[in-house]
Amino acid sequence: MSGYRIELRHVNKYFGDTQVLRDINIEIEPGEFVALVGKSGCGKSTLLRLISVLDRQSGGEIRIQDRLVDKIDANVRFLFQDARLLPWKNVWQNVILGSPERSRDKAYQALAAVGLSGREEAWPSDLSGGQRQRVALARALVGTPKVLLLDEPLSALDALTRLNMQQLIEKLWKQLGLTIILVTHDVSEAVNLADRVILLDDGQITLDKSIELARPRVRSIDTAHYEHLILSHIMGDEAGKNLAEEYVI
Amino acid sequence: MAKEAAIQALPVGKGSLWKKYLADWSLIWSVPLFLLALWIYFAQTNQLNQLFPKPEELITTTIRFIKDGTLAANLQISAARAFGGLAIGGSIGFVLGIATGLYRRADQVLNTPIQMIKSVPRLAILPLILVWFGIGETSKIILIALSTFFPIYLNTFHGIRSIEAGLLEMGHIYGLTRWEMFKDIIFPGALPSVMIGFRQSLGGTWLILIVAETVAAKSGIGYMATNAREYMMMDVIVLSMIMYALLGSISDLLAVQLTKRLLRWNPNYRR
Repeated sequence: MSGYRIELRHVNKYFGDTQVLRDINIEIEPGEFVALVGKSGCGKSTLLRLISVLDRQSGGEIRIQDRLVDKIDANVRFLFQDARLLPWKNVWQNVILGSPERSRDKAYQALAAVGLSGREEAWPSDLSGGQRQRVALARALVGTPKVLLLDEPLSALDALTRLNMQQLIEKLWKQLGLTIILVTHDVSEAVNLADRVILLDDGQITLDKSIELARPRVRSIDTAHYEHLILSHIMGDEAGKNLAEEYVI
Repeated sequence: MAKEAAIQALPVGKGSLWKKYLADWSLIWSVPLFLLALWIYFAQTNQLNQLFPKPEELITTTIRFIKDGTLAANLQISAARAFGGLAIGGSIGFVLGIATGLYRRADQVLNTPIQMIKSVPRLAILPLILVWFGIGETSKIILIALSTFFPIYLNTFHGIRSIEAGLLEMGHIYGLTRWEMFKDIIFPGALPSVMIGFRQSLGGTWLILIVAETVAAKSGIGYMATNAREYMMMDVIVLSMIMYALLGSISDLLAVQLTKRLLRWNPNYRR
């Protein structure tokens, strides 16, 4: 596995007087696929931004591969909710920005890996939403990163395109052995993709659950019960929570 | 796309396509052609008084001016003033727009004086410029530079300020250097706005040039017209106006083509 290990210790984050993250402790193994789930405003995106050093934490430590993170690192790539392609650059020129050595060959290879061969010269404005997100994925992967941070990258896509992208992300994750943190509010997406689901509520971890299901996962009674467990935690429904815990154990 | 397909699907032969072009053209030119016809009609029936030149006078004068080089010389000096002023005013506006767009400090320092100068009508500064610089080339180029400065400055500033923050964040996280941030994100992001400013400046250039050449010049198209007024040479005055119209529309056409070329990534500027 070529992914990096991520460790968060006592991480706090304040925006002014409001505390958005409270004493977060997480250890993520190399190559692990973790989903961060929670309501909007629970701090899950903020956590991702701290790991990528787009923002700095107010307290605590974040280590990637045992090194304290203090600056933006090409081994850690970020996929935003919107593709954020430069509209004045064509597809391969956008992808090449992710390659530290600015290699056009690698850009073409990355585009082939996301299934966009033949569209290298297209303008982003001529692509569909799903294709644009694929280009963004190619740009994130072209520099062979060790950690991929996904901030709800699929939430703006239609249901079918989203399924397609989920499969693509899972395939690439298996091939490359990356460590992935996926922020999502879609519980079934989390259960479908992740080894482990971490639930954040009001800046705190309220659930940290391994999903022990074989891949590729299909919707079944097993996934349904994981989903139910997570949802009932989100809703704070005590009775449902106990029932679901019992079933999984 | 759908429209194109629909047009292609129609059973249109070559002949009817030509007819369509012809119909379009006749509509576009209908008003000017009507006025031209009216003019010729009144001239032929001798209903024009001295204040209107006759078409044949205009043509012979034009040919005479072309032959003796008057027209070319005046055109040349007018165009040189226009583009000289535009180049100077435009580049200062562009550079300052970038500075104030990128750096808050520069904005704090420069915004007040620039807004103050902007509030003074350009033509009100004319006497001052004439006193300071006389009626030589300097005063005309300064006047044009002054008026072309503001549209490019304001639009460059606005273009830089309105760049999507998400794209800058993307550039940041992908480790672009400061130069790459400017060249790959900031400059192309501001370019649509800069080009709008450029076109506005270009339009303003000709307007100011007319005034400058009318008031204080010994050459150029504006001088040609003012001079002709002294002798009531209506044909020369009309010829000067036609020249201004041609210069203005040709330069605007070039600016539009340049914009389309530079912004071809933007679907709004294609076709």
